[in-house]
Amino acid sequence: MTEQRAESKEQRAKNTDKKSPGFVLRPLIIALWLALLFLPFRGIKDALILFVMLSILLFIFRALSGYAKTLTEKFNGIRQSVNISLETVYARSKIPQFVTYLLLFGFILSVPFFAKDYFIDVLILAGIYVILAQGLNVVVGFAGLLNLGFVAFYAIGAYSYALLNTKMGLGFWSALPLSVVLASFSGFLLAVPALRLKGDYLAIVTLGFGEIVRLVLNNWDSVTKGPNGIGGIEPPYLFGMPLGRLSYYYYFILAFVALTVFMVRRVYKSRTGRAWVAIREDEIASSSIGINTTAYKLYAFAFGAFWAGAAGALFAAKMQFVSPESFTFMESVLILSMVILGGLGSIPGVILGAVILVILPEMLREIQLYRMLALGSGLVLLMIFRPQGLFRPGRLSRLAGRANL
Amino acid sequence: MYLLEVRDLTKHFGGIRAIEEVRFRVREGSITSIIGPNGAGKTTLFNCLTGITQPTKGRVSFLDTEITGFRSSSIVKLGIARTFQNIRLFKEMSVLENIMVSQHCRTGAGLFASILRGNAFKKEEKIIEEKALEYLELVGLEDFAETLSWNLPYGSQKRLEIARAIATEPRLMLLDEPTAGMNPQETSEMMELIKKLQELGKTIILIEHDMKVVMGISENIVVLDHGVKIAEGTPGEIRKNPLVIEAYLGKEH
Ligand SMILES: Nc1ncnc2c1ncn2[C@@H]1O[C@H](COP(=O)(O)OP(=O)(O)OP(=O)(O)O)[C@@H](O)[C@H]1O
Ligand SMILES: [Mg+2]
Repeated sequence: MTEQRAESKEQRAKNTDKKSPGFVLRPLIIALWLALLFLPFRGIKDALILFVMLSILLFIFRALSGYAKTLTEKFNGIRQSVNISLETVYARSKIPQFVTYLLLFGFILSVPFFAKDYFIDVLILAGIYVILAQGLNVVVGFAGLLNLGFVAFYAIGAYSYALLNTKMGLGFWSALPLSVVLASFSGFLLAVPALRLKGDYLAIVTLGFGEIVRLVLNNWDSVTKGPNGIGGIEPPYLFGMPLGRLSYYYYFILAFVALTVFMVRRVYKSRTGRAWVAIREDEIASSSIGINTTAYKLYAFAFGAFWAGAAGALFAAKMQFVSPESFTFMESVLILSMVILGGLGSIPGVILGAVILVILPEMLREIQLYRMLALGSGLVLLMIFRPQGLFRPGRLSRLAGRANL
Repeated sequence: MYLLEVRDLTKHFGGIRAIEEVRFRVREGSITSIIGPNGAGKTTLFNCLTGITQPTKGRVSFLDTEITGFRSSSIVKLGIARTFQNIRLFKEMSVLENIMVSQHCRTGAGLFASILRGNAFKKEEKIIEEKALEYLELVGLEDFAETLSWNLPYGSQKRLEIARAIATEPRLMLLDEPTAGMNPQETSEMMELIKKLQELGKTIILIEHDMKVVMGISENIVVLDHGVKIAEGTPGEIRKNPLVIEAYLGKEH
């Protein structure tokens, strides 16, 4: 098997041999084809420029790809050295677990006592994103279903609370279950037609769904007030007191984050979680050990959307204002990046991914224009050197000795 | 008593007649082999029996239930399990987890039970783990429980696939080329394992190219060629059948 693979690699290497005529011809043909495509739109001059530029670029690219092998070898060296997940690094550091937990929880709980309001505000947002990203982690990380429109469920949760509160006068605690149920129900609705599709097609349909929801919110003026958004949303009440103060809201979100992590973790390490991971690994094999794959994909969509709905309601309650601007495609991409950065399927990883991707852009505010660039290139580098993300998914059983994994 | 009855089973892929009006019956507790040259339609037959593809025509009944048109997961639940010619393990799961998840259709904990974790849930999880270790022991993989399944050597991966099929608690097991790519030592171990499965009361249908295995353990042999059943009988009968000799060695022989 491996021998065969090695052979075909050699063959591929031969195909890009510099002496073969394809080496010069192919870039020219590709450039010509693209230039011809452009011709009707931009006229002959632009098409010509495009042709010249493209052929040169493609040629350089080809020439460089000869060095790709030595380059990848160098990469592999680096990759090997970063090919350890954060857990392994941690395990090697030999810090006792309870010390870490103590420090971590101590820090998290004491933040409101020393931090500036601005920082607490950022952390509250991070908490909301942790909940959201955990929801997406169920769909993409556990069940392996690419969803590019996850923001739709976040939006549905947020608008449900906004509307139930401002139009019908429902408080947070009575509106929350409704928002969450509405979000998971819409997850269910999307899943029914979408689950016949796989991979890229599923990604496109979910992307479309996200855009449809945003457009509906943007254009259904009579209900959603369109782009102006809905203001005057009440914060949650706890023991008859509004959670107006930032520090109270911080603890409030923290409790929700804990609840999310607790529940997602329990479902992951159970019959349901194992079925999801099996579907991710091999759908045909899962159905031939008796998993009803359609049903379990539906559960994944609904359960993921459930948390997005909760995050949405919390967001609306925090901002006391919602508008379609907060629920664009970029938002879906951001949530997905959190999951991928942290490590698909890893619960602690996704927490870290969400926190990093909320806090880092804030810290990079000084370099304004370049921060997205810096962040983007950081993510690209990560994907090159550690495509699995920072953490590795946790084991699915209690007997999780990892000696010989 | 017949466990499985296949009647006029036909599967076309566009113009390709993968199997054509195949009929045979399988006695409970027996080992049946399906043999035939490459592309004869053996794997397609398994796919039709397990609901992975739907047959164009024909009927399959299992334990007097007509299962044609059932989805794979329901067929497994009735008691038919299979392995694959090109191994399909859950790669990122440990060996133990592969077996645990395979008990899916014999267990019932849902989403809420797994969040609440009551006594029933804990008991079920414990049984799942115990049984998983038991099945691993049966195929001799108990020492690799925590290894990721794709780190196993090839022969062990094939065994793990069988253990996974056993974990669904089937009455009928369909094994697609269990000894393919194995050395003589591994092949004879695999034969032992298959016999052991029979002793455990499983009925077995086997797709196999290794004639030593086929002739050594099967009670009944079905020969397919270009999708058509050209012969059926005991090893002795099949060895002498002129049609079979022709199919395997070519007309000029
Ligand atoms: N999904 C499919 N789509 C189209 N044709 C298929 C499909 N599956 C199988 N076939 C065709 O059906 C015929 C029978 O294939 P099958 O895989 O069942 O053969 P086989 O007897 O298992 O062969 P082998 O011994 O090589 O495993 C072949 O001609 C194959 O190309
Ligand atoms: Mg086959």
